[in-house]
Amino acid sequence: MTNNLRKILLGSCLALGLAAAAPAGAEELRIGYIASTTGISAQVGADMVNGFQMYLDEHNGKLGGADVKLIVEDDQAKPDASVTKAKKLILQDKVDMLIGGFLASTGYALAPVSTAEKTLYMSTVSSADDLTQRQLSKYPYFLRTSYTSSQPAQPLGQWACEQGYKKIVTIGADYAFGYESVGGFQKAFEDCGGKIIQKIWPPLGTKDFGPYIPTIKADTDAVFSLMVGPMSLQFPKQLRESGYNKPIIGGGTSYDEFALPFMGDEVIGDVSALHYSAALDTPANEAFVKAYRAKYGKVPSYYSENNYTAAMWLDAAMTKAGGKFPGPEQFIKIMQGIKLNAPRGPVELDDMRNPIQNIYIKKVEKKKMFGYDKDELWNVVIKTYPHVSQFWTYGKEKFLEQPVYDRDFPPCKFCE
Amino acid sequence: MVSQQLKIAMVATALVAFASIIPHSGSFVILLATRAMAFAILAMSVDLLLGYTGLASMGQAAYFGVGAYLTAILAARFHIGLGWDFWLVVVLGILIGAALAALFGLFALRAGGDYFLMITLALGQCAWGMAYRWNSLTGGDNGINLNARPSFGLDLGNAVTFFYLVFAFFAASMGLMYVLVRSPFGRSLTGIRERELRMQILGYNTWLHKYIAFMIAGGFGGLAGVLWALTNGHVSPETVVLTTSVDALLMVVLGGAGTLVGAAVGTAIVFGLREYLSTLVPWWQYVLGGVYVLTILYLPMGLMGIPSRLRQRFASQGKSEGSKRLATTLS
Repeated sequence: MTNNLRKILLGSCLALGLAAAAPAGAEELRIGYIASTTGISAQVGADMVNGFQMYLDEHNGKLGGADVKLIVEDDQAKPDASVTKAKKLILQDKVDMLIGGFLASTGYALAPVSTAEKTLYMSTVSSADDLTQRQLSKYPYFLRTSYTSSQPAQPLGQWACEQGYKKIVTIGADYAFGYESVGGFQKAFEDCGGKIIQKIWPPLGTKDFGPYIPTIKADTDAVFSLMVGPMSLQFPKQLRESGYNKPIIGGGTSYDEFALPFMGDEVIGDVSALHYSAALDTPANEAFVKAYRAKYGKVPSYYSENNYTAAMWLDAAMTKAGGKFPGPEQFIKIMQGIKLNAPRGPVELDDMRNPIQNIYIKKVEKKKMFGYDKDELWNVVIKTYPHVSQFWTYGKEKFLEQPVYDRDFPPCKFCE
Repeated sequence: MVSQQLKIAMVATALVAFASIIPHSGSFVILLATRAMAFAILAMSVDLLLGYTGLASMGQAAYFGVGAYLTAILAARFHIGLGWDFWLVVVLGILIGAALAALFGLFALRAGGDYFLMITLALGQCAWGMAYRWNSLTGGDNGINLNARPSFGLDLGNAVTFFYLVFAFFAASMGLMYVLVRSPFGRSLTGIRERELRMQILGYNTWLHKYIAFMIAGGFGGLAGVLWALTNGHVSPETVVLTTSVDALLMVVLGGAGTLVGAAVGTAIVFGLREYLSTLVPWWQYVLGGVYVLTILYLPMGLMGIPSRLRQRFASQGKSEGSKRLATTLS
């Protein structure tokens, strides 16, 4: 008797459970996310995942009507490990698409995986220029929602020239991201009539700039810095302590919201360029910053915004696709047809699958923003270059004729 | 004491079981096992130096790296090694690993003990620096991609075929190294490990012995690099970085130095925890750290030391019981 009752109960529980597990109609979108959640880039990894997760949470875990199954894998900031994890996501978890990836080298490592496994890979941070330039034809299932390294540096070169700077010394981290940023800056600056008179390359991760600062030529009008991570905190401080009192301008990562809260007042007045600023004074961004800060206790960095926007982009594309993932080729076509109003401003993909977006020239100021009651450092936007493509003003064909920006390209004609 | 034949039979059975079970698991597990076997060749080459010659090398990633870069550069730049010439690349990989070891050995073997460790570390960093800074050749920080695996009748693009190929290399390497350490040459290496001065007094040219062992280990390192480059199709300075050398060393210590099989077991455990457990739980690093600490505290001989430790315990128990009995009969 009790046995029978138990069986009936068990049976009905099972039936209920099954019914709950299979909601009628809703498709599932399986997303594999590569982030560095351990190792030296763990904080960046957290910002990336948080940005994406926040959009999902705001939309009940659905993108375009499909239930999202988000599987995050840690690559320990090693490109080689990211390939292993990408294959795990594709082979074992059968994801519809891969997203994420932090380092430029991670992007270079993952793009071939997308080709080999015929799986969409959407880079949400990794900014290696050539992935959406000279090498794009090798990667038909690749697209990018962040930026190319040189994309913000080129308008900054133009801006610096318009400020009347004639001679500039560059100091940039000695790896591909540094080469591409410095190269873009140099090209635009020199095309406008400026002269780069010296290029200094400290190794990635340098914390003591003592050996480099004294070599900076005294007759420079400004210094362009391209720092990453902890380097960003040390360089402006040490440069100012050395007695240098002319302007410092920098690539986006030299002053991004990741480093800014930990910086001192010495950086006030420094100028940088990027496709996002947390201090961007638009209602969309204000709402984003407030929501993010309330949830995670910090101001969003561009890593957070890029991934929030990536989720927004996927949402729009999935809605257009009718809530069902249509396969990578079709999906890329849909993504290319979408114009988005993201926290960073209007954004859309060009035909090489890299965003066309506003580039903001930003000046560090200490002020109150968005109703927060404390004086804080913010990247206040002082000029907007609207609708900037990765090819700047050069035109696609002409741009692609030149080699990718490198340590020695453009050559330093005015260095002695 | 377990006889040597029985030990060989046990290892062979384990290998056969491994090779027959893994291909039926998921494709991710096959990939992981393939990678672990390629890396295990490197770990065993470290064991050759650490366990049998008494040299703790911190620069083994250098030979691994040149093998990997050779494969990647030949394939990506010159389209060499994508067909039958894959075997040529294997030979070249072994040779270049051995050649680099021959060069580095001239510096490293001038010193022993901690100084050897420091010099190999420095030389390993030189190799890393080359990979990182020689942009035109190595692609710098971005590394090099291999777009396809070789195909010569056998299509190595197929994960299972490639698994068997790497398995063959792995088993052959283990066999070769086993023969080597049990040869008169290997015996004299062990002699050097135990007491180098005595070996010198006996008339052995210990420097030359160590030099040759160093080159052989470099050759195996190069082979491991060739296979490693093909597993993920991506080579970057991360392949040559110091942690690769340290990982290999830790795997050997974990498994048990001076056993060869221990190096393979250690590799399997680290790969299992780092690559597989990390897909299941976020706190995998604590497990890995815990395993290292516990091994060093309780198993200084590594995991392969467990049987002898158990035997010791039983033996001492038996002895103490025996002495008790003796005591009672006497009283």
